[in-house]
Amino acid sequence: MSVDTARAAVPETRRTAARRVSSSLSARPRARLALLLAAPLTWLVLVYVVALAALLVSALWTVDSFTGEINRSLTFDNLKEIATESLYRTVTLRTVGVAVLVTVVDVAIALPIAFYMAKLASQRMQRILVIAVLTPLWASYLVKAFAWRSVLSDGGIFQWAASRIGLDTPGYGLTAVVITQAYIWLPYVILPIFAGLERVPNSLLDASGDLGASTWQTMRTIVLPMLTPAIIAGSIFSFSLTLGDYITVNIVGGANQMLGNLVYTNVGAANNLPLAAAIALIPIVIMIGYLTAVRRTGALENL
Amino acid sequence: MTVSTSAGSTSSVAAPPGTAISLRGLSKHFGDVKAVDGVDLDIADGEFFSMLGPSGSGKTTVLRLIAGFEQATEGTIDLAGEDVTSKAPFDRDVNTVFQDYALFPHMSVLDNVAYGLRVRGVKKAARRKQAEEALATVQLANLGSRRPGQLSGGQRQRVALARSIVVRPKVLLLDEPLGALDLKLREQMQVELKQLQRELGITFVFVTHDQEEALTLSDRVAVFSDGKIVQLGTPQEIYEQPSSEYVAKFVGTSNIFDSATSSRLLGREGNHALRPEKITLRAPGSPVPEGTIHAEGVITESIYLGTGHRIHVRLHDGTGIVVLEQSTGGKSDEQRGDEVLATWSVDDLVPLA
Repeated sequence: MSVDTARAAVPETRRTAARRVSSSLSARPRARLALLLAAPLTWLVLVYVVALAALLVSALWTVDSFTGEINRSLTFDNLKEIATESLYRTVTLRTVGVAVLVTVVDVAIALPIAFYMAKLASQRMQRILVIAVLTPLWASYLVKAFAWRSVLSDGGIFQWAASRIGLDTPGYGLTAVVITQAYIWLPYVILPIFAGLERVPNSLLDASGDLGASTWQTMRTIVLPMLTPAIIAGSIFSFSLTLGDYITVNIVGGANQMLGNLVYTNVGAANNLPLAAAIALIPIVIMIGYLTAVRRTGALENL
Repeated sequence: MTVSTSAGSTSSVAAPPGTAISLRGLSKHFGDVKAVDGVDLDIADGEFFSMLGPSGSGKTTVLRLIAGFEQATEGTIDLAGEDVTSKAPFDRDVNTVFQDYALFPHMSVLDNVAYGLRVRGVKKAARRKQAEEALATVQLANLGSRRPGQLSGGQRQRVALARSIVVRPKVLLLDEPLGALDLKLREQMQVELKQLQRELGITFVFVTHDQEEALTLSDRVAVFSDGKIVQLGTPQEIYEQPSSEYVAKFVGTSNIFDSATSSRLLGREGNHALRPEKITLRAPGSPVPEGTIHAEGVITESIYLGTGHRIHVRLHDGTGIVVLEQSTGGKSDEQRGDEVLATWSVDDLVPLA
């Protein structure tokens, strides 16, 4: 085929309307950006900023205890109440304690699993494990919580197995909450740590051993420091998700209450929406504090 | 020196004294792939030894086996007379300079260099001093406080070298250490590597796919193909007397005459190799010196190389040859389509196995 006939075989591009729009946009970067982001930004502002502002404002309202009507004049009474009442302090400490324990358990389980996935498993095994870690996320939260309720129940499989080796089981309570929450949030901790480990080149581990470091020294001086941002990224998930939970504690927590339960009770039975809003501010403030503290570590770039 | 080509043949010949590394029947299989296939090799103390081959020829795997990053499927590895075949990397007195340098990004340059001393429990002040000395050896005395990410490729290379030599290993393994550097820097680092090796007196085992690098740096070169050593010798032996067509083609360029062409053109049996720079082009009908073979042909291409010309000639029997003409200062008068007489000395023909 000669060059001339080859050229003739390629048709000219057609000047459609859509094509004219995109060529006029190609010279206007600002208009392009506005078109791209207008819809999602509107949504974000409505859902997050406005909702959060509404929460903050409604925390300053009060409820008339006789009529149950909301009084829209602004006062700090609710905030004073949650700051001074010992009930709120106890529940806050309990909630933070559970969230910390869940995070510690999750990180302890996630580290070896993620290390195996990222550094030791074959390609095939790695794919299987990633799917295995992700699959529970597709199951309903409630199903998983109730599954643990049956596992941890009186005469359930957990008690049966423990009794075979002469151990007592705690039954429903805070321990059960920690176990269940640690299970439910585990994928959110494994995945960032796995991704963090994938970014540690194998040659660094080889080099460390080559220079005389034992496996333990390599873990402590190379892997852990390089992994700290990823661990913090994972802990943000397990910590914040546990902080706001009220369903698991209802299902396996026995009589215990966490902050979420107080919010729920005040929205429902107590019909005190302003107080509920004030309580809901507690985990938000704690999370802001935590995020500010970890921002310096570079962990937020690993989310 | 034994060069085995049969898989798994463990020779019982003891390594001579003064041997830094001794490999016997060394094999490494990844599934069905024989990455290393029965390598026997002795590397002497203080030698600059290169393992040369294309990617996938097994040279890097041999290096990783010596370092201990891979476990041998068969065979033994002795370091200074001690069997280390099943020892962990941190129990072997060898250090590696990695292709990607493998510097620890979360540590300063000085901490990187001092790392080997730190894990050996050397006190902080002492290891600082030794690390600073090692950095001075590679001419980076002032950069100790920087992070590896703030250094150029050449500087990282030097830090990796300093980190390896600070622990005074008996053997330094270098895995394509200059591969990522640009040409000028690579040539400069070649000179420095050679000087460093001479000053420190440690054995260097250098893995490269760059035949020129292997020839210029090494005391001896092993050419690898398909997990086996196909030729072992000094750079001169490898270049002047390639043992096979593979080596003749991989190390430099060669004109290869198969047995039919050899008997027609050279009047000899078997395959032969001829280096392009050994051929002289003359005007047709010029007198031919004693002891030379000559053939007439036509120039099909003449490529300017700066230092000379690479000229492709089609001989009248149809054989294509490549001739390398050094530039003599004057303008080359050979043109495409010119009739020429190619001549070469009988002594320059290398019979191939």
